[in-house]
Amino acid sequence: MKKVYLLGKIFIGLMLAVMYLPIVILIVFSFSGSSGIGAWSNFDFTFDLYGNLFTNDQIMTAFGNTFLIAGISSVLATFIGTVSAVGIYYLHRPFKGIVSAINRITVVNADIVTAVAFMVFFIVCLNYLDGYVALVIAHTMICTPYVILSVMPRLSQINPNLYEAGRDLGAGPIRTLFTVMLPQLVPGIISGFVMAFTLSLDDFVITLFNKGSGLETISTLIYSSTKHGIDPTFRALSTIIFIGILAVLIGINVYSASRRKKALLVGGKA
Amino acid sequence: MSEPPLVKARLRRALTFKRSHFSFPYIALCIIFVVVPLGILLGFAFIGPDDTFSFDNFAYFFTHAENIKTMLYSMGVAALTTVICLLLAYPLAMCLANSKINKSVILVLLFVLPMWVNSLLRTYALQNLLIDLFGMQRGFTAALIGLVYDFFPFMLLPLYTTLANMDKSLIEASHDLGASSIATFFKVTLPLSVPGIMSGVLMVFMPTMSTFSVTEIMGGADTYMVGSMINELINGGDWGGSAAFSLILLVLVAGTMALSNLIAKGKGTNEGMGGML
Repeated sequence: MKKVYLLGKIFIGLMLAVMYLPIVILIVFSFSGSSGIGAWSNFDFTFDLYGNLFTNDQIMTAFGNTFLIAGISSVLATFIGTVSAVGIYYLHRPFKGIVSAINRITVVNADIVTAVAFMVFFIVCLNYLDGYVALVIAHTMICTPYVILSVMPRLSQINPNLYEAGRDLGAGPIRTLFTVMLPQLVPGIISGFVMAFTLSLDDFVITLFNKGSGLETISTLIYSSTKHGIDPTFRALSTIIFIGILAVLIGINVYSASRRKKALLVGGKA
Repeated sequence: MSEPPLVKARLRRALTFKRSHFSFPYIALCIIFVVVPLGILLGFAFIGPDDTFSFDNFAYFFTHAENIKTMLYSMGVAALTTVICLLLAYPLAMCLANSKINKSVILVLLFVLPMWVNSLLRTYALQNLLIDLFGMQRGFTAALIGLVYDFFPFMLLPLYTTLANMDKSLIEASHDLGASSIATFFKVTLPLSVPGIMSGVLMVFMPTMSTFSVTEIMGGADTYMVGSMINELINGGDWGGSAAFSLILLVLVAGTMALSNLIAKGKGTNEGMGGML
């Protein structure tokens, strides 16, 4: 029986190694100036790529665009999603089901279908709208359902009478929402926000079909670059993004794990 | 004479702000930005080259063998990717969920973390490794590895969530009643994990089928999928055609969903993205 467990551990280790090998190789070769990775003999230790990165206007603009769009749309999605989650949770029977179903359309739909649908919508209803505004609208709408799905479970954990208490004590519905309900939903709101932000950062198809000409994000720039020889500077960019995202996500999870542990020690609810 | 006050009270109740009213702005947004676009997509699909109502786009799709071939090919590639992901992720999820093999949550996290990193970046990393460093040729095998690599976490997460939350006493009970490990796996563990399998399959199959970035970067011209087809139609300005092809994909999505709901019926809830963060 012991042998089986050892085999399991080896399997886990192997899979983890395979999964991170491309990322590690990319990080290692981000310290080499060679144009393609090619062979180990091409490796020369230099920070050139990082130096080039900050002077490469095309990459820096795409980087800025990606974060600008992700920032605005995830904030919007978090706000809309949180408020709506409260509303949807307290909707009555048939409507709750209908709205939840509509909410799931974008989640389960193939990205490319959503992308084409937004494209024809912008063409017909908003006079060929593309660029930043189109992307912010589209990204907000694809991220909001995820915020709702992550806030909704928290709502079943909070005391429903607190809202009534707030109202009875004379606070208006919006004030009660913001001062009584939302503080209790913070963990769900944070994970919804992180989800929305990374979702927008990751998006490729919806951005590609709705960006118009001239506007590039990291995804679309990599896609168009891989077709005609990719600039090695991307290795430095990828390294920074990989490490940034891994650090943020591990940080969030370690933080929430330690909070849960602390809460358990105190005897309160996590 | 008691009617007027009653009507008044009803009216007042209808106008009083309730918590559920917080959902109204979102319902409006959904109608404008989700329902209407899908409606327009439906309309565009039936607009022919001369801007009149026609079935030309669908006729074009169904009368050209290469279109049907590409669609079937995409489904085949997606099915193969899904099966490989499942065969790799299931044992891994079992190992990760087994407290005697793994106690660390961070390890699980490390496996699903790549899910949050830009897919194009991961594909770019894999292309560097396989094609540049290992000298592999672009083509079907490289594309398949790329797809499995890209979508693996989406299979692993729901499987792990289901297996980790499974009532372990059922497995002990099965052993106590004399079932072998293999019999226990097929009679207890596997049937109980069907919801996880279903949501994993859903999260891998559809995105794989409609992707084109991974297959173009890793496979080149060898792996021409339906996504590339739609992309080419859009680049050529053929919105009607791209809408029609998207609509066919949409029908397939709905079909897969309906099928999985049918299979998962009575097998507990479908958790999907649950459990992450």
